[in-house]
Amino acid sequence: MSITVYVPRDAGALSLGAEAVATAIATEASRRAVDVQIVRNGSRGLYWLEPLVEVVTPSGRIGYGPVQAEDVGALFDADFLHGGEHVLALGATEDIPYLKSQQRLTFARVGIVDPRSIDDYRAHGGYRGLDAALAMDVAAIVQTVTDSGLRGRGGAAFPTGIKWRTCLDATADQKYIVCNADEGDSGTYADRMIMEGDPFALIEGMTIAGLAVGASHGYIYLRIEYPHAQRALEAAIASAEAQGYLGADVRGSGKPFRLEVRMAAGAYICGEETSLLESLEGRRGQVRFKPPLPAIEGLFGKPTVINNVVTLASVPIILDKGMAFYRDYGMGRSRGTLPIQLAGNLKRAGLVERAFGLTLRELIEDYGGGTASGRSVRAVQVGGPLGAYIPVSQLDTPVDYEAFIAIGGMLGHGGVVVFDDSVDMAAQARYAMEFCAIESCGKCTPCRIGSTRGVEVIDRIVAGDRTERERNEILLRDLCQTMLDGSLCALGGMVPLPVLSALDHFSEDFSGTAHHAAA
Amino acid sequence: MKRAINIALQPELPDDVRSAVMEVTARLGQLPGALLPVLHGVQDTLGYIPPDAVPLIARELNLSRADVHGVISFYHYFRSKPAGRRVIYLCRAESCQAMGAVTLEKHIKQRLGVDFHQTTANGAYTLEPVYCLGNCACSPAMMVDDELKGRLTPAGFDAWLAAEVK
Repeated sequence: MSITVYVPRDAGALSLGAEAVATAIATEASRRAVDVQIVRNGSRGLYWLEPLVEVVTPSGRIGYGPVQAEDVGALFDADFLHGGEHVLALGATEDIPYLKSQQRLTFARVGIVDPRSIDDYRAHGGYRGLDAALAMDVAAIVQTVTDSGLRGRGGAAFPTGIKWRTCLDATADQKYIVCNADEGDSGTYADRMIMEGDPFALIEGMTIAGLAVGASHGYIYLRIEYPHAQRALEAAIASAEAQGYLGADVRGSGKPFRLEVRMAAGAYICGEETSLLESLEGRRGQVRFKPPLPAIEGLFGKPTVINNVVTLASVPIILDKGMAFYRDYGMGRSRGTLPIQLAGNLKRAGLVERAFGLTLRELIEDYGGGTASGRSVRAVQVGGPLGAYIPVSQLDTPVDYEAFIAIGGMLGHGGVVVFDDSVDMAAQARYAMEFCAIESCGKCTPCRIGSTRGVEVIDRIVAGDRTERERNEILLRDLCQTMLDGSLCALGGMVPLPVLSALDHFSEDFSGTAHHAAA
Repeated sequence: MKRAINIALQPELPDDVRSAVMEVTARLGQLPGALLPVLHGVQDTLGYIPPDAVPLIARELNLSRADVHGVISFYHYFRSKPAGRRVIYLCRAESCQAMGAVTLEKHIKQRLGVDFHQTTANGAYTLEPVYCLGNCACSPAMMVDDELKGRLTPAGFDAWLAAEVK
C-alpha cells in the first residue's frame, strides 16, 4: 500500500531546501522499492522546522524537521514511513504546542491540503461557503460579512461589509472584485502562504464577493516577488474553471465570475488601493484622491471591491459557519482571528493565527521563544515599514487595532519584526525615510521631498554636536508633522510612525557620541 | 491619452526586438489595462525593454511614448538595459536587517565587485535590492531569478556562488 509523505512546496520551505528533500525521498523510495506518494503541500507556518516532512500513519500525520536532503537516508533507516523514532521526529504535527494552541480559521487548510487539488479542497470543507452564499439573497451575504465584524486585514482595518454594501448599492453595467496581493510590508507573508498553500480559499472568497455585489470579473494583483504564488493561483484558477466554480455560470447559478492574475512590477506604493487600481489600468502607480471611493468609482471607473488576500480568504468560513462563529472570537471592535506573522530575530519565527487579544509579549516569548541571537529584545516593529518601533516596556499591548493606535502604532497586516539589542535605532529611522524616498509615488510634496529631507536631517542629528542635534530634532519632528498632516496616502502619512517612535523611545541612539554599545 | 502617429519617429529595430514586441502586443494588447502585461511580456522575452522599442509598443497600444516611458521608469522591476545572466535580488527590508542583512549586503557587493543595479564585469550577475521577498520567517533572504534562498549567511552566499561556477 502506498504511503503518503508531505513535503511543502511553500516558497519559504523551498528556500531552505525542500525541493532537494522531495527529490531525495523519491529517489530513496524507488531505490528501496517502497511505494511512496509525495504530496507537495503548503507550509504549516512553523518555519524553524522547515523543511517539515510529514508522513501519514494510522495515528495521524507525524512530522520530521527540519529535514535536509542528506538526512533522508537515515530517516528511511529509522523507518520514518511508519512514524519511526529519529532525532528529527516531532511526533504528531497537530500536537506541536505552537500549532495546537492556535485558532486557525483562515489558515484551517494551509499546510494540510494539496494546493493543486480542488478535490482535496472540497474534502476539507472547501466551497461550503460558496454553496451557502448561492442559497442566499445578495443583501444577506453582505449582511453576514458585516455582522461577522470582519475588517480589512491589509492594514487599514476598514469594515469589509460596509465596503461591500457601498459597492452593492452602486448601480453600474460592470463591477469588479480586486484582490490586493501586493504584500509589500516587511515582516509579512500570510498572503503568500495562503496563495501558495490554499489558493482555492482566496478564489472562493472572491467568488462570494462577486456574487454579493454583482461583479462578474475579478483581478488578483500579485507582486512580482511571488512567482511561486503566481503558479499556485494560475493552476487553481484553471481547475476551478474546469469544474464550473469559475466561468460563465458559477455552479449552475446562472451568474458569471471570471478571475485573472495580474503581475505587479516591484512598486511598494501599489499596495495602496488607489495606486493599485492605476497600475491595473496600465499606468504609473500614483495615488488617487478619495473620494470618489473605489467602491463607487474604482477600476476603469466602475464600482470595485478591493480587499486584501487574508480578508477575502476569511470570507468562505464566515459564510460556511455563520457570522456569529467568526464574531465570537476577538476583543473590542477587533473581531475574529488575525494571522500574525512572526519575523526577524526570533528563535521560532512563523505564522500564528489567534483571536485578537493576545499580547505582543505572548507572541514573542511564548511562540517566538525569544531572539535567535540569544541577546535581549530591544525593539519590535509591528505593521511593516510604516509601523511604529515598540519598546520592551510596551510588549503587554494586546493585538487589537484600537490598542495599537492608542500607543501610537498600528497593527497593519499583522507582521511582527523583532530586533535584538545590537540594533541602531537611528539607522532604522533613517532607513524608514530612505525607503519612503525610494518608494514614494511622487504625487504629493510632503512624501516626495519630505522623505529625502528626512534622511538628511537624521544624518545631521547623528553627526552633529549637541546644539546641532537639538535644532535638527525640532526640524525632524516638524517635518514628520507636515508629512502626517499633508500626505495623500499612508506612505508619507505613516512613515513618521517608525521615525518618531524611534526618536521617542530610543533617543540615546541619536546622539552620535554615545554609540550604542553593541552596534 | 494621445496616439503617436508620426511614423518617422519609429527607429529601426533589430528583428528580435520587433518580433518580440509584435508578438506580445498581438497576444496581450487587447486586455483592459494592457500596458503592464505587455511590458512584462517584452521583458520576459528579451530580458529587458529596449528604449528603442518604446515607440513601437506605444503605437501598437495606441498610447503616447511618454505614457509608456513613464510606466517603465516608474516600476523598479522593469529594466531598460540588459541584465546579467542571472539577477540576484537581495532583500534590504527590516526583517532581514534584524538578521544581519546589512553585513550580508556588504559582503555580496564586495564579493561580486558591484553595487546595486550593476552587473558583474563578466556579465554573469546583476545585483538588485528588493524590499521584502515574503520570506521573513527565514531572514535574511535573496532570490536568484525566481529561486528563493533563506537564512543566508556570507559563507552560505560564497558556497552558493562556488556551486554556480562549477
